[in-house]
Amino acid sequence: MAQNLVLRPERPDPDELLRKVMAEEARERRGKLKVFLGYASGVGKSLRMLNEGVRRRERNCEDVVVGATQLESTPEVKALLDRLEVIALRMVEGVPVMDVEAILKRKPQVCLVDGLAHDNPPSCRNRFRWQDVDELLEAGISVVTSVNLQYIEEQRDQVAQIRGREVQESVPQAFLGRATEIEVVDAPPGACLGNEGPGGETDRLRREQQLAQLREIALLLAADVVDHQLERYLLEHGMGQIWSANERFLVWITPFADAAPMLQSGSRNARRFHGELLAAYVARPDLTPSERTALDRNLKLAREAGAEVHALDGDDPAEALLAFARCRGVTQIFAAHGTHQNWLERAMGGPVDRLIRDAEGIDVRVFPE
Amino acid sequence: MAESVARGRLKILLGYAAGVGKTYKMLEEAHDLKRQGVDVVVGYFEPHGRKDTIARLEGLEVIPRRRIEYRGVTFEEMDTDAILSRNPQSCAVDEFAHTNVPGSERAKRWEDVQVLLHAGIDVVTTMNVQHLESLNDQVWQFSGVRVRETIPDWVVQQADDVVFVDLPPDALLNRLKRGAVYSPEKARLAAQNFFQESTLAALRELALRQTAHEVEGRFIIDSDQPVFAESDPRGEAEPPATGTHDRILIAVTSDPASAALIRRGKRVADYLRADCFVAFVHAHGDLADLSAEDRKAVERHLNFARSLRIETRVLEGDDVAQTLVDFARLNRITQILLARPRKQSRLGLLRPSLVQQVVRLARDMQVTVVAERHRSASAAPAPPG
Repeated sequence: MAQNLVLRPERPDPDELLRKVMAEEARERRGKLKVFLGYASGVGKSLRMLNEGVRRRERNCEDVVVGATQLESTPEVKALLDRLEVIALRMVEGVPVMDVEAILKRKPQVCLVDGLAHDNPPSCRNRFRWQDVDELLEAGISVVTSVNLQYIEEQRDQVAQIRGREVQESVPQAFLGRATEIEVVDAPPGACLGNEGPGGETDRLRREQQLAQLREIALLLAADVVDHQLERYLLEHGMGQIWSANERFLVWITPFADAAPMLQSGSRNARRFHGELLAAYVARPDLTPSERTALDRNLKLAREAGAEVHALDGDDPAEALLAFARCRGVTQIFAAHGTHQNWLERAMGGPVDRLIRDAEGIDVRVFPE
Repeated sequence: MAESVARGRLKILLGYAAGVGKTYKMLEEAHDLKRQGVDVVVGYFEPHGRKDTIARLEGLEVIPRRRIEYRGVTFEEMDTDAILSRNPQSCAVDEFAHTNVPGSERAKRWEDVQVLLHAGIDVVTTMNVQHLESLNDQVWQFSGVRVRETIPDWVVQQADDVVFVDLPPDALLNRLKRGAVYSPEKARLAAQNFFQESTLAALRELALRQTAHEVEGRFIIDSDQPVFAESDPRGEAEPPATGTHDRILIAVTSDPASAALIRRGKRVADYLRADCFVAFVHAHGDLADLSAEDRKAVERHLNFARSLRIETRVLEGDDVAQTLVDFARLNRITQILLARPRKQSRLGLLRPSLVQQVVRLARDMQVTVVAERHRSASAAPAPPG
C-alpha cells in the first residue's frame, strides 16, 4: 500500500507544543545518556569512557562512580580506575552483574557503565544491562557507557553475515537513538587486529576487510543518529526546511514512462551515497484503465527497489512534487521525458520543463524515454 | 640521481570543526609511534594557545619552522627541506589544508606533504571535512562560510587511512565557552558561524559519511547487483551502459555557476566510480576571440577541473547544444551535467535555453540539471572579513 502524505502545516498546534514542553521536562528530569560507539573490541572505547569519567570528576567536580567494568583490563585502564570510585560487580549464579540497587542507593550524578550489551542471569530484575541503565536514567542518574556495534540488535544479522558468527547479547538501536550524545571511537582496522588471534597473511586481509565493513556500518549508524538529532533540532526551533548532509533521491512515477531505469539508477545512487530512495506520484482522477495498469506496475517496481512510496495530491503535478521534495530535503529528482505533451504543454513547457525551471536548490535528472 | 623509494604512508585525522581534538590526537599518535621505536618528528604543529595540546608536545622532536618575509611581515611555515634532510621514518603535520604564504616554494601544505611522502616519509596529518573541495558548496549552504583553503578530493583519496576524530557538538560548544578552543573574542565570532548547534550537527554528519565513504573506497569491494530479478522481462534487453559503468560529461560555460557544477559533477562521479569529463563549446574552437572577461572565466573553470584531475575538452561548433550532444554520443557518455539557468528572460520563452535544447536533443541519455545551492534562511550571517 502506498502511504499517504500529510504535509505538516507551518503553525504548530497547541497540543503538540504542550506535548513538546512535557517531553522536554521529562527529558530534563531523566539522566543524560552518553554512548561511546566502536565497531570492534580494541578500538579504545573503555579508555575513552573512563577518561571522560576522570575529566568530569577532576575538572567539573561531578560525582562520578564506575558501575561496571570489563573483567580484563589493560594497565592504562587500571590506572584510570584507580582515580575513580568503583561500585563492585555482584555475583549472581556465578555471573558478575552490575549492582543496580547499590548504585541507586549511592545515587551519584554520573555512572560509568562499560559494555552496555551484557545480559543478566534469569534471576536478575532485568534481563539486559541496557534495562539496568534505563533504570539509572529514570532515577535521574546520568550514564556514560560504551557499546560495540556488533551487539546492536538491528545490526546483528548484518554483522553475523560479515563475521560468520552470531553474538548473543544485544542492545536495541532505539535505545541508542534516545542517547543525548553518541560519540564514535574510530580507528583503522589494523589497530584492532591484535585482538583477533593469530593467522596468516590472507587471514589478516580477510579480517581487515570484515573490520572495514563493520567500521563503515558504525560510521553510517552514527551519521543516521546525528541526522535525526539535526532534524529534531530544526523542527524544535521552527526551521521549516529540512536540510541535512544526506543525499535523498526522489523518482517521479507516472503512468506515461517506464520507471525501471530511474529506479535502477536511483537505487544504485542511494546505495553509493548511503542516502535515501523515495518515489512519488501525483494522483490523477482521469486515468484510463491501461494507464492505471502502467502506474500500478511502476509503483510495484518502486517498492521492489526499496523506495519509500508516496501518493501526492495537487492540481499541478510539478508543484506538488516540488513541495514534497522540499519538505523531505530531497537533493535530486529523477524524471522521465514527458510523452504526454499536448500543444498547450508544448507551448508553455511540459511538466519536466516546469520542474527544471522551478526546482530551485534541487538537481533534476531527466531520463531517456 | 633520484633513488626510487617506497612512497610513505599518509594518515588523515578527519574532524568537523576546530577544537574536536585532531591536533591532540595527532600528537598522541606521534607518542605511540615513538614508543614503538619509530623515528618520528613533528614537522608542523599549530598550538592555537591550547594548554592541553601544547603539553602533549613534550618528549617529541620538533623541526623548527622556516621564517618567510612577505611585505615586511615575518611568517612561519613548515620547513620541508629541513624535514627532508632530517629524514625521519614518520612526520606529524598539522593543518593539511593550510595555504603557504606567497614566496614559499609550494602554494599549499598538502603539496609539501606530497614531497615528504615521495621521499618515503610517513605522514600523520589533520583536516576538517569542510576543507574537502567537493563539499565546498554544501558547507556554504548550511554554514554561510565559504571555505577558501580546500584540498582536492584525489589527495584525500590517496591517503592510506582516514580516521574520524569525534566530539559531540554539546561538548565542543562547552570547550568553546571555556575558552579552550579560541580566545574569547574569536570564540564569540565563531559561535555565530560554524559553531551553531545545527551547523555543527550537519558538518559532523558530513564527516561521518565522508569517512564511511573513504573506508568503503579502500577496503570494500562492492559489486553492482541488478535491482530487479533476472526473470524480469527487462533483464533480457541489452544491459544499458548505466547499469555498469557511468561516463559523466560536465558542460561548463563562462558562468560562475560552473565551479559549483564541476564540484558537484566530480563528487557524483567519484561516488558512482564513473569516468568524468569537462567540456566547453566554443564557436571557433579556441578561446582567443571570446571577450577577455569570458575567456578568463572559462580558463579558470577548465584549470579548476584539471586541478581536480578531470579531463577537459574545448569543442568547436556553432550550435552549442548539438555539439555537446554529438560529443557525448561519440564518447558513450551516459549522463550530461549542466547548470540550471539563472533566470528565464522574456525572450527565453521564445528561444529555449541551452538546458532545454540539450534535454530535447539528448533523449537517449540522462541529462542532469544541477541547481545552485542557496544559503538556507536559517543559516548564520557570513563571517566578517
